[in-house]
Amino acid sequence: MSIAAEASDLSFPHRHLLGIEGLSRAEITALLDLSEQAAKLSRQIDKKRDDLRGRTLINLFFEASTRTQSSFELAGKRLGADVMNMSVGTSSVQKGETLIDTAVTLNAMRPDLLVVRHHAAGAVELLSQKVDCSVINAGDGSHEHPTQALLDALTIRRHKARIEGLIVAICGDIQHSRVARSNILLLNALGARVRVVAPSTLLPSGIGRLGVEVYTSMREGLADADIVMMLRLQRERMTSSLVPSTREYFHFFGLDYDKLARAKPDALVMHPGPMNRGVEIDSNVADDARSVIREQVEMGVAVRMAVLQALARHLPNR
Amino acid sequence: MTAMQALTQDQRSPSRATAFVNARLIDSSSRLDQTGGVLIADGLIADLGPHIASGAVGDAEIVDCGGRVLAPGLVDMMVFTGEPGHEHRETLATASRAAAAGGVTTIVCMPNTDPVIDDVALVDFILRRARDTALVHVHPMAAMTKGLLGEEMSEIGLLHEAGAVAFANGKASLANAKVMRNVLAYAKDFGALIVHHLEDPTLAQDGVMNEGEVATRLGLRGVPAAAETIMLERDIRLVELTGGRYHAGQISCRTSLDIVRAAKQRGIPVTCGVSINHLTLNENDIGPYRTFFKIRPPLRSEDDRRAMVEGVASGDIDVIVSAHDPRGAEGKRRPFAEAADGAIGLETLLAVALRLYHNGDVELGRLLQALTANPARLLGTGSGRLAKGAPADLVLIDLETPWVVEPERLRSKSKNTPFDAARLQGRALLTVVAGRLVYNYADSPGP
Repeated sequence: MSIAAEASDLSFPHRHLLGIEGLSRAEITALLDLSEQAAKLSRQIDKKRDDLRGRTLINLFFEASTRTQSSFELAGKRLGADVMNMSVGTSSVQKGETLIDTAVTLNAMRPDLLVVRHHAAGAVELLSQKVDCSVINAGDGSHEHPTQALLDALTIRRHKARIEGLIVAICGDIQHSRVARSNILLLNALGARVRVVAPSTLLPSGIGRLGVEVYTSMREGLADADIVMMLRLQRERMTSSLVPSTREYFHFFGLDYDKLARAKPDALVMHPGPMNRGVEIDSNVADDARSVIREQVEMGVAVRMAVLQALARHLPNR
Repeated sequence: MTAMQALTQDQRSPSRATAFVNARLIDSSSRLDQTGGVLIADGLIADLGPHIASGAVGDAEIVDCGGRVLAPGLVDMMVFTGEPGHEHRETLATASRAAAAGGVTTIVCMPNTDPVIDDVALVDFILRRARDTALVHVHPMAAMTKGLLGEEMSEIGLLHEAGAVAFANGKASLANAKVMRNVLAYAKDFGALIVHHLEDPTLAQDGVMNEGEVATRLGLRGVPAAAETIMLERDIRLVELTGGRYHAGQISCRTSLDIVRAAKQRGIPVTCGVSINHLTLNENDIGPYRTFFKIRPPLRSEDDRRAMVEGVASGDIDVIVSAHDPRGAEGKRRPFAEAADGAIGLETLLAVALRLYHNGDVELGRLLQALTANPARLLGTGSGRLAKGAPADLVLIDLETPWVVEPERLRSKSKNTPFDAARLQGRALLTVVAGRLVYNYADSPGP
């Protein structure tokens, strides 16, 4: 069985994957179906395919990342691509090179696929306008992180067999989270009921108009939830007067057994990682049988294989 | 248009009298709107009215205006140039060419230069460079605090005497209320006007666009309207306390309009301005991170834009400015949050403003008042009016002809216009500064 055979049926008419916004329900479903195949492949002894043989994939990360970068690296390698990792720290920015200069330089190296993470919203889209290859957004500021939303949806679908009608509570630092935005878009597109739960200081203005129910209490927000999706709280939020202390945050918004008891008995616990145990999630809950956090990581590779595969169909062949 | 072509040859020198005849004269200061002519001599308006017609003006050069609008030249009281310090963005010369082509006969250049205009020598420099290189009148606005740092008052008296027409704190609010109070009180003794930028620096911190749903979707940090209204409320209290001459440089949201309106009703002598951008664009225009729409204050909601238009129509908003702010590619071709603020607007100011007239939102006389008489009165330039003895600063306006903005044809050194490919209707045909023809569309079409 080949992923390529599946891919040929795939209707995914995009050159880049810059966000969930703009994807139709059918396109999302097609990517998830393709990801299922990739997940099966990844569990075989021989995981190597040659769908991307001869292609060059560059991981361009302006922000440090272990998980996402290695996930894309592995996905590319399993499909037979040559993978190069480039970590562009703040140094080249300090040297005065703009994002567009970097893009033009990289483009001259003729990559086929460019995976980009950047600290500024919209930066990946800007870069995509200046290069000839396919660009995948691996996270741009507080804007989008589409492969994370896809892997979350895949994980949910494997356990619940559907997305439609599920109550999904996304909890924590919604304001600064690209994961939250992409998930809101994707889950809404697939017909879930999405809630966001956070203190008002971590809720962006107008979030209610993105088609979510807004809660500032975990007890209420988690009531009858099918999925509890926790977000990482960065420690600098404490120093910028958004929340007073980790202790207080954990007390009101950390996921412990008490709060989890409000959700459905078979609720799934999710987290995009890396976790702050004892800040947004109780350590025991993170390791509970209902936690699918490790499976999310596994599905991450599968989803990225599927995305690379889908985009590679549009690469020029000669 | 042979008469106009004749003018280009002969009217380079202001010595010979010229009669603009068969024009629709609009002067908002005297509520004039009638057919007639204007006779200019020695850089001044010598006479005007229905009796100024060909055959009745002696040997004066005749310019037949073909029934088009003849109005005072526009007075733009908020123009950022790059001179001195950032001449690659814009010089006084290039800004003045853009102004002339847009029917703007007076520009006030803001003190955010490098070095900052906070010293008499800099005021002298601007005036001298303008005299030597600029096509239109240029007046410097000086910094109200040294280095624009918001700490120590600048030499307001000496700067005023040297020719600074107003005082500003650049693109930042003066956060320290005590210093602001002192500036207002001290400037009052010289009759000097304070023009303030409204943005609470702590509330606006990290914000790059209007706070709300659009910013949230884009993952960008927002600036709440309260950053503007809190500063405006504070300033009005300080004006009450000091009696200083105060002008809110740009307001951008409905609540600010309400605040200004209420203050005026209480008899407090405050005035305010709005940029052409906030009258015609809103936050949705940012679309997929278009940095040419990144300005300060940020573009607000459509309801706020409607409020700005209503404010101009009702006269509660006194002045329309271009907020012309040239930025090169190095500042704009960046991710939105990291891109420079600012949009050029001198050359498109009049034509974009005419949208409000064509839409039926603002009556023509009122629109021109906010572009001519009101800013001229605040600045004390004596221009902005059609009256005997007033400076012969005139613009002949074609209200009707449609055109499309092509940025590469604009005269500004920087091309960061938010009106790229905008369809506009109407433009300046002739621009006269102190009796001298500085722009003739027939000679050099464009933009």
